[in-house]
Amino acid sequence: MFIKQLSVFIENQEGRLEEVLDVLKQEQISIISLSLADTSEYGLLRMITSNPEAGQNALKEKGFAAMLTDVLAVKLSHQVGKLQEVLSYVCKAGLNVEYMYALSNKDNEASIICKISNADEAATLLKSKEVEFYSQEDIMKTFC
Amino acid sequence: MIWNETKECMSRDEMEFLQSKRLVKTVDRVYHNVEFYRKKMQQLGIEPGDIKGIEDLHKLPFTTKNDLRDTYPFGLFAAPQSEIVRIHASSGTTGKATVVGYTRKDLDIWSECVARALSQAGVTRGDIIQVAYGYGLFTGGLGAHGGAEKLGAMVVPMSTGNTKKLTTMMKDFGVTAIACTPSYLLHIAEVLEEVGDIPNIKLKAAVCGAEPWTDNMRRQIEEKLHIKAFDIYGLSEVMGPGVACDCEYHKGLHVYEDHFLPEIIDPDTLEPMEKGETGELVFTTLTKEGLPLLRYRTKDLTSISYDKCECGRTLARISRFKGRSDDMLIIRGVNVFPSQIEAALLEMGEVTPHYMMIVDRQNNLDTLEIQVEVDERFFSDEIKSLETLSKKIAHVIQNAIGLAVKIKLVAPKTLERSMGKAVHVIDKRKLI
Repeated sequence: MFIKQLSVFIENQEGRLEEVLDVLKQEQISIISLSLADTSEYGLLRMITSNPEAGQNALKEKGFAAMLTDVLAVKLSHQVGKLQEVLSYVCKAGLNVEYMYALSNKDNEASIICKISNADEAATLLKSKEVEFYSQEDIMKTFC
Repeated sequence: MIWNETKECMSRDEMEFLQSKRLVKTVDRVYHNVEFYRKKMQQLGIEPGDIKGIEDLHKLPFTTKNDLRDTYPFGLFAAPQSEIVRIHASSGTTGKATVVGYTRKDLDIWSECVARALSQAGVTRGDIIQVAYGYGLFTGGLGAHGGAEKLGAMVVPMSTGNTKKLTTMMKDFGVTAIACTPSYLLHIAEVLEEVGDIPNIKLKAAVCGAEPWTDNMRRQIEEKLHIKAFDIYGLSEVMGPGVACDCEYHKGLHVYEDHFLPEIIDPDTLEPMEKGETGELVFTTLTKEGLPLLRYRTKDLTSISYDKCECGRTLARISRFKGRSDDMLIIRGVNVFPSQIEAALLEMGEVTPHYMMIVDRQNNLDTLEIQVEVDERFFSDEIKSLETLSKKIAHVIQNAIGLAVKIKLVAPKTLERSMGKAVHVIDKRKLI
């Protein structure tokens, strides 16, 4: 149900982002989607990759703070109001979206990555509403 | 003006005679009233009778800030609690405060010393003085206040924190003198400059202390405000502000050595140094009742001159400080040890004890930034957790050192590791 997101701490310093990307390139890891959250002092790079574990190990070896987090990759059909519908379930259950970013726009489908305050509860809830998710395997098949 | 000519201008022989007499009394007092000193002297195989004068000073044991901490809170007091009328305290190295106590006579002598210092700065009973040191446990506010009252000046007890009110009163009251930290005075000068109020104030003198400053900074203050600025020195363990102060010739700070006996030692061998050599300044209090201290190591590096000053005073002069023999920093008048930061971080348990302190001076106010490494144990994929963490670190450190700090999270393993003695401080203020 969940997929692994690779998160990396990036100091606001020239070249740091590029260094992270270089490590992934050396490992032949492809980035399927990413979001970069920034504050005045540092940034947080969140990525869906072809091999999150290998990515984390390689980054750690190079001295980066990197971690894996369970996130949901939610499938949405390309229709107005689809995302709102999903969120309405989440809101009604009193859950919060911690962050969200687009995964892809493919064929007749849009999809998003999101982390919800109570991940297990959210997943069960959405499943009961017949919302579909990508598994790590699906991601590899569909996007790599 | 010389406040107490008898004491401030006496011959060296007379001074040494007086110091010797008072030293013998002090040694007797601590031996009989303070277990810590009695034990220390017994360990060294000396009795009060072995100390006949200042020539025997080197036989006495040293006292350090740690000794005050170990005997927290009142262990070194030499007067019964009923005779202690005031307590002050400064932050200690591991969170515990260093507590000092004063009898009524101690407070009188403190005021006398501050009155001497203010007189050296040309302040008289006809002046209006703003005391803009913090009032409270810190010795600065109440110490300067007592001296200014003793002098008979009109005292405005401003304390710190409201610069707008301070400058308004300075203008409206026709304030002629101020006591505060030099960096705060520069800040005040800038505020006055911005609104074009410098021609509207009557300030003529400032007695500044509680943090190190340079001659350059003094000239800057004097030029900006068209006043004379003086350097007052003190430390709470010995008394507070008013242990020494410079005069209009600015050739060192006159030590009120009829009350505080200064000596210079080699901080490594602890042996007394030759006259005029630079080493660590050590004080033995000569008249204190509440907390008399034998050979208290200040960790300040300086030299002493015994030549008569052009101002007429014969009091020994300590030169401008050349640094410290430990790693203590003075930030906005507050004593800070890097080990306090380390202890606070370790106590939190969530972060690595790797840190770097960046001390700077912006708009004449000291700033302290602490860089802390983000490591996997507390790294998060959510910004809000990282923000909560840095706030928590700021809070813990603020509680430990009593100063607001800015926390900057940095990448793991980017801060210097301990290779013998790690560098934990970058001081950009260039004060020495």
